[in-house]
Amino acid sequence: MTERGDRAGDGRTFGFETRQLHAGQRIDPNTGARAVPIFQTTSYVFEDPDAAAAYFNLQEYGNTYSRIMNPTVAVFEERVASLEGGCGAVAFASGIAAQAAALFTLLAPGDHVVSSSALYGGTVNQLKHLLGKMSVELTWVDPDDPEAWRQAVRPNTKAFFGETIGNPGGNVLDLEAVASVAHDHDLPLIVDNTFATPYLCRPIEWGADIVIHSATKFMGGHGTSIGGVVVEAGTFDWSNGRFAVVADPSPAYHGLRFHETFGMYGYLMKLRAETLRDLGGTLAPLNAFLFLQGLETLSLRMERHVANALAVASYLESHELASNVTHPGLPGSAYRPLVEKYLPRGAGAVFSFDCAGGRNGGQELIRGVTLWSHLANVGDAKSLIIHPASTTHRQLSDVELEAAGVRPGTVRLSVGTESVEDLIWDLENGFARVR
Amino acid sequence: MTALERYQDPQAIQRVLHTARTIAVVGLSGNELRASHFVGLYLKRRGYRVIPVNPRETEVFGETSYASLSDVPEPVDVVNVFRAPEALPEIAREAVAIDAGVLWCQFGVINEEGAQIAQDGGMTVVMDRCLKVEHARYLGRMHWFGFNTGRVTSVRGEVQ
Repeated sequence: MTERGDRAGDGRTFGFETRQLHAGQRIDPNTGARAVPIFQTTSYVFEDPDAAAAYFNLQEYGNTYSRIMNPTVAVFEERVASLEGGCGAVAFASGIAAQAAALFTLLAPGDHVVSSSALYGGTVNQLKHLLGKMSVELTWVDPDDPEAWRQAVRPNTKAFFGETIGNPGGNVLDLEAVASVAHDHDLPLIVDNTFATPYLCRPIEWGADIVIHSATKFMGGHGTSIGGVVVEAGTFDWSNGRFAVVADPSPAYHGLRFHETFGMYGYLMKLRAETLRDLGGTLAPLNAFLFLQGLETLSLRMERHVANALAVASYLESHELASNVTHPGLPGSAYRPLVEKYLPRGAGAVFSFDCAGGRNGGQELIRGVTLWSHLANVGDAKSLIIHPASTTHRQLSDVELEAAGVRPGTVRLSVGTESVEDLIWDLENGFARVR
Repeated sequence: MTALERYQDPQAIQRVLHTARTIAVVGLSGNELRASHFVGLYLKRRGYRVIPVNPRETEVFGETSYASLSDVPEPVDVVNVFRAPEALPEIAREAVAIDAGVLWCQFGVINEEGAQIAQDGGMTVVMDRCLKVEHARYLGRMHWFGFNTGRVTSVRGEVQ
């Protein structure tokens, strides 16, 4: 037991930029490798049968099988937990898998979820159709009205769900107000913080209980890998009588009471040892490594993303062929007060606007740009453009489309880190086709 | 610093983890699904001598279970408490009487009077912290499960 190890754990609270580089990593004791090693292995040799039993019984933290845990993935998990201010995290093969697992861990058939209606289309599909198949009821609410959340609560409600910055409408969730309504009813607030990243907003600091990310976006930051992660604050009382599925003896783990036995770590233990074990959807070690590379520069990239995004939004706002620019950081945005409170460093880099000429106008604009990439992703360092009504949101009805802030001519941008004058020059070329 | 934080000093916690050898677990259950059993077994597997103190058990992990701390026939470094908070003052008095160095109270075992008795008796007090979690944080493998240990270090450590 080394003196030097003692010195490193003196209880100092390190800054965000330090933690985005270091949190979660222990220097590999065998090799001294400075980079995080990629542990490309399915399984792990046990010291002896007693150790194996202790690992499978969760009596000791031990690696068993990479569907459930992997040392490279674990560095990514702890780093995200540290940046979000949570007690831990569990990574998944995609953001959508992370979200499904977070919900399945606390839901049972007959339960009810209250959700913001301003969501990513893939999330709408998951909540409406997948949860519906599992006999979970759903109520959509106007996220901007805390009273609507309160009125939607039923005796069988188990969670509130929303996005920090709605995709693509740019609604900013009043985290503190909605968390307060959730907690009044002993319910957890689940927040998708993908668009803000923990650099711009940490929902746990405002009362969120579970934070979900598509790591595919700004965390990875380079459009290389699909992945997701669930973070828990560790402060929610799962033994409050409403969550038998978390607190009661688990038939899927020989009668273990996850919340009683593991306390603040109980939900995440169950998420890993049962839900990830049983659903799969495991993040690959190589993808975790690529996400770690992304996280090392998260704050630097986000500063540039938000500066470029605001400049592009301001350009569009004064453009005669653009309307309804949804960037919540614009001076005229109805969300300005919430941006100042929750997103003081910038209101993200994904927003939409309506192109003149409706559906055809939006498509012509996309045909006319050559630097912006026309694809279905956001959060790449490269600038991206898409027409939601014909792509990401095409499964939604007109009513759902409207509720999600999407109209026929809506074009969504994910502003990258290029020279901003080049981005504006290229959009101008696109508008030339719309004229 | 809140009242509780006085009993959660990271330096003091690490000193305990590094120097303790014998840990008496008050309220150690023979039921392998109880938190006390998880913690006791973990500590035993990590090389500490674990002594059960629980009048309801005769033997846990093959070790004799004693009815009270004063019945333990060997020196104790740490008294680790899994009991209702109101039981703490009496346990603290016994812990001082047997000359144990540390009173470690698990999550929720919070009782200021008990802590004061132990401190007045010269003991180090840790309160509302789990001995297993703190060991796993500083010396163990909690980071393998994606938990936030709060640790940041570029020092090459030992094989765990």
